[in-house]
Amino acid sequence: MIAIIKYNAGNIKSMQNALHRLGFEGVITDDRATILSAEKVIFPGVGEASTAMRHLKERGLDEVIKSVTQPFLGICLGLQLMCNKSEEGNTSCLSIFDADVKQFPPKDKVPHMGWNNFESIQGELFKGIDKNDDVYYVHSYYAELNNNTTAVCNYISPFSAALKKDNFYATQFHPEKSAGVGAQILRNFLEL
Amino acid sequence: MLKKRIIPCLDIKDGRTVKGINFVNIKDAGDPIELAKRYVEQGADELVFLDITATVEYRKTLIDLVQRIAAEINIPFTVGGGISSVEDVRNLIKAGADKVSVNSSAVKRPELIKEIAQEFGNQCVVVAIDTKFENGEWKVFVNGGRTATPLKTVEWAKQTERLGAGEILLTSMNNDGLKNGFAIDITNQVAKSVNIPVIASGGAGSKQHFHEVFEQTGATGGLAATVFHYGEIPIPELKAYLKTKQIPIR
Repeated sequence: MIAIIKYNAGNIKSMQNALHRLGFEGVITDDRATILSAEKVIFPGVGEASTAMRHLKERGLDEVIKSVTQPFLGICLGLQLMCNKSEEGNTSCLSIFDADVKQFPPKDKVPHMGWNNFESIQGELFKGIDKNDDVYYVHSYYAELNNNTTAVCNYISPFSAALKKDNFYATQFHPEKSAGVGAQILRNFLEL
Repeated sequence: MLKKRIIPCLDIKDGRTVKGINFVNIKDAGDPIELAKRYVEQGADELVFLDITATVEYRKTLIDLVQRIAAEINIPFTVGGGISSVEDVRNLIKAGADKVSVNSSAVKRPELIKEIAQEFGNQCVVVAIDTKFENGEWKVFVNGGRTATPLKTVEWAKQTERLGAGEILLTSMNNDGLKNGFAIDITNQVAKSVNIPVIASGGAGSKQHFHEVFEQTGATGGLAATVFHYGEIPIPELKAYLKTKQIPIR
């Protein structure tokens, strides 16, 4: 069973649909025991950082997330909430990755919305993926490059397209919305 | 590099896909789920799904359709038509929509944009603007293009950005359905005056028209319905053509 962490962020259904298409059942849950006993945990989300963090804390999900030992995948806002702090709402986050989340300067269209390729990729999440493959992004904030960065995308400046530390993985792009390339990345995660 | 997006639009009436010339004389263009699947296979970068009746009795049909389409496709999916509250948005997102598009209801009550952005994030709010050039000015029209408003298009676009819109879908009613090309002038004006992405819509009739709009304006996406539905411009052919013209395309 794959647990999809339920909180107040949007399009969680998309992730469940994506898992279903790959032959996995995703359970949308905020129950501690269910999350901790799942084979894999997915932490999706679009939304606003401070509101999402408050919601997680109210339900004790911040501590649950940090204690997960099985493969864990944060997506988009999920990735940002796994960093130290975010400029969005000046929010203290989960500090799984040693990185700060900044707002894109208005040097180009913001949000960074659409399909973009990679500057570099490494690690098991990107097995079978070429750095010229495109994935779908929609975000106005980004995690700086840091020691946990496993993929780099360049928009306005280079930023972390993916991060990894121990069992914690995260992508700024939406694999569930990135057609075949995204499906391959999700499959790589599900096969860990 | 960020790619320019090719976006087929499915106009839905009573659960079927339709498309008219200049918003009237609607004719049936098929089953929306079949069309959605075909577009994904063909490499569409996103899908937009507009319920052009959106009356209360068809709300349920819409939610059901959104659910069935969302289950099938793995690209971003925008739904619009008759959305007038945060509650409407919540229902559509729960059904699997990634973004919603608001039009008339946002003109009537601009605060709606802010409310949706606060609840679901800016990226979730696409503001659709139907515009028409009349008496020397580009003005905003509502109710499926039937009702004129005093709003100037560029001013309204800027206001929607301030209120929290994540994207603007700009349809020129002068061009829509005529296949003579996108409205380069107003698309360029709007794209220059806001810092959020602008999708050009209305008037695509050939591959060259997409090249024109990407080369001559700041639009980050091109949307069309008829030319895709009836296979007049196959999406793979369009994308291959744009690549030969050095337009960044997935």
